[in-house]
Amino acid sequence: MLVLEDVHTHYGKIEALHGVSVEVKKGEIVSLIGANGAGKTTLLMTVCGHPQASSGRVILNDRDITRKPTAQIMRSGIAIVPEGRRVFSGLTVEENLHMGGFFNTKAEIRKSQDHVYELFPRLKEREHQRAGTMSGGEQQMLAIGRALMSRPNMIILDEPSLGLAPLVIKQIFEIIGHLREEGITVFLVEQNAHQALNLADRGYVLETGRIRLHDTGKNLLANPDVQNAYLGG
Amino acid sequence: MAAQNLKHALFCAVITLIISYPILGFNLEAEGINIILNGAETSTIVMVFLAAVVVFLFQLFRENIMATLKSIPTPLPQANKEPMAENKRARIESWVLTAIVVLALFWPFFVSRGSVDLATLVLIYIMLALGLNVVVGLAGLLDLGYVAFYAVGAYTFALLSEYFGISFWMSLPLGALLAALFGLVLGFPVLRLRGDYLAIVTLGFGEIIRILLNNWTSLTGGPNGIGGIPEPTLFGMEFGRRVKEEGNTSFHETFGIAYSGEDKVIFLYLISLVLAVFTALVIRRFMRMPVGRAWEALREDEIAARSLGLNRTAVKLTAFTIGAFFAGFAGTVFASKQGFISPESFVFLESAIILAIVVLGGMGSQLGVILAAIAVTILPELAREFSEYRMLIFGAAMVLMMVWRPQGLMPMRRIHIELKKQE
Repeated sequence: MLVLEDVHTHYGKIEALHGVSVEVKKGEIVSLIGANGAGKTTLLMTVCGHPQASSGRVILNDRDITRKPTAQIMRSGIAIVPEGRRVFSGLTVEENLHMGGFFNTKAEIRKSQDHVYELFPRLKEREHQRAGTMSGGEQQMLAIGRALMSRPNMIILDEPSLGLAPLVIKQIFEIIGHLREEGITVFLVEQNAHQALNLADRGYVLETGRIRLHDTGKNLLANPDVQNAYLGG
Repeated sequence: MAAQNLKHALFCAVITLIISYPILGFNLEAEGINIILNGAETSTIVMVFLAAVVVFLFQLFRENIMATLKSIPTPLPQANKEPMAENKRARIESWVLTAIVVLALFWPFFVSRGSVDLATLVLIYIMLALGLNVVVGLAGLLDLGYVAFYAVGAYTFALLSEYFGISFWMSLPLGALLAALFGLVLGFPVLRLRGDYLAIVTLGFGEIIRILLNNWTSLTGGPNGIGGIPEPTLFGMEFGRRVKEEGNTSFHETFGIAYSGEDKVIFLYLISLVLAVFTALVIRRFMRMPVGRAWEALREDEIAARSLGLNRTAVKLTAFTIGAFFAGFAGTVFASKQGFISPESFVFLESAIILAIVVLGGMGSQLGVILAAIAVTILPELAREFSEYRMLIFGAAMVLMMVWRPQGLMPMRRIHIELKKQE
């Protein structure tokens, strides 16, 4: 579904990704783990076309999107939950959701809105509250809900557990598992390696702009190198 | 602490003396061809020292004074309360607005010509401020050269009428469209800039337009400006004593009433009123449309907005263009009201005042911006008796306003549409 082939990405003259190849197949949950500064967010941003890859190819649903503008990529069945949630804090929960379905018809918006409220009953309770006044966990739910509003067949999550309480993290991961059951492909980028690999069908380990390891989630969890570096021994 | 306060207070008092004594304490008087420096009257000097003492005391007891000020309740206590139910609030607001508009329709027939003239100016500023409110308040793009679009509108009408004899009603859409076109053309390269950089570029653009108008003497008449701009007509009826253009009739003859110079002023006022209401309604409509929410989303978080597939440049351009459109509108009315325009009317101070109106009114809030436009235009007129101090009073009012209500007169509240639940 999403394929990165030997992708190099530059910030100015500095190369942040040195030939990364990743594949996410339809219906999978794939986790990408790595330390700070390994290039995880850069990889996601490259998928979104901001910055664009300087060489290599990004293919989404058999279409080359390497040189497509961001706005066009984001309208082709893929949705991203950006790092640090980034909800529109001055807008209400409902308006945030409507922004997510910006390019859909009113009937579609209504349908996906009901669906999101089903997934996150908490959001329904807070429908008319300003997003900025909610807790971190609720904002993360909103960010995921907003991404789901465009009815994507693939969702990319950038550090959904960032700065959340363990109990909330558990909830969020449950939802992510639930998304797979609905047939949505999930590409998960995490520092929280344990949870991410536990849930994932397959995982990649990114280190200083290169893919170090690639295996099933279970195998990576059992891998002594991964345990040492990311799971605290 | 006390010693530090004392030192600071003494310093402030001395500064006050240094600044005010040379300005107020001496008078230059002409005696024949010589200019003689005289000391001012004793009373003035006493006042200067008194001011220094006041500054000294204020700085010395500043903390206590500020604490007392803090304890004074805010003038509008409901600002801190929970907002009313949305539909109730909207209903009250629309009733109030309708009442104001109806009152405004009949009001000019009972007051002096001067007040009607001033009210027309207020309405022009309301149009301008509503337009800038889209750019600054909603889309969050700091535009310091807004007056350029105002100038484009005004000069479009002036030039069209001078060279082609085109009437007000034809020029009104043309001026607005041309201003919008300028907005589009300027916006395209500029809108990838952010914050301060955008402000500087728009500032430059405003000056370029003004300097161009000033120097292109063959077309615009340069600093001499363009005069003889015709007034609007009512279905071919002119408001002058004598008909200027062939084929037109005069208003007072058609209706068989005595000629009165006031008719013209009132007519212009009514046109401005209609256009201001039109502006408010159109922009209100935009705010409720998805594009309005997109402006706000982009202002709140650009990355998130882009992640949802919004095209950043397109969204910003719509805001910029719509803002410019209404500035062109206001410009045409202004040219017609004055009958004469020159680059003098489109200096940076105008941009600053319009921006001040938007900020004072509460960014994004239409009602607030309208109230602020009224206050900002009328205040300097009311303060006219204070002659040279009126700008000082204006400035003081603004500072006080920002201290007490930094969010503006009427901060924007969220408007939202509720989707009907399917049965």
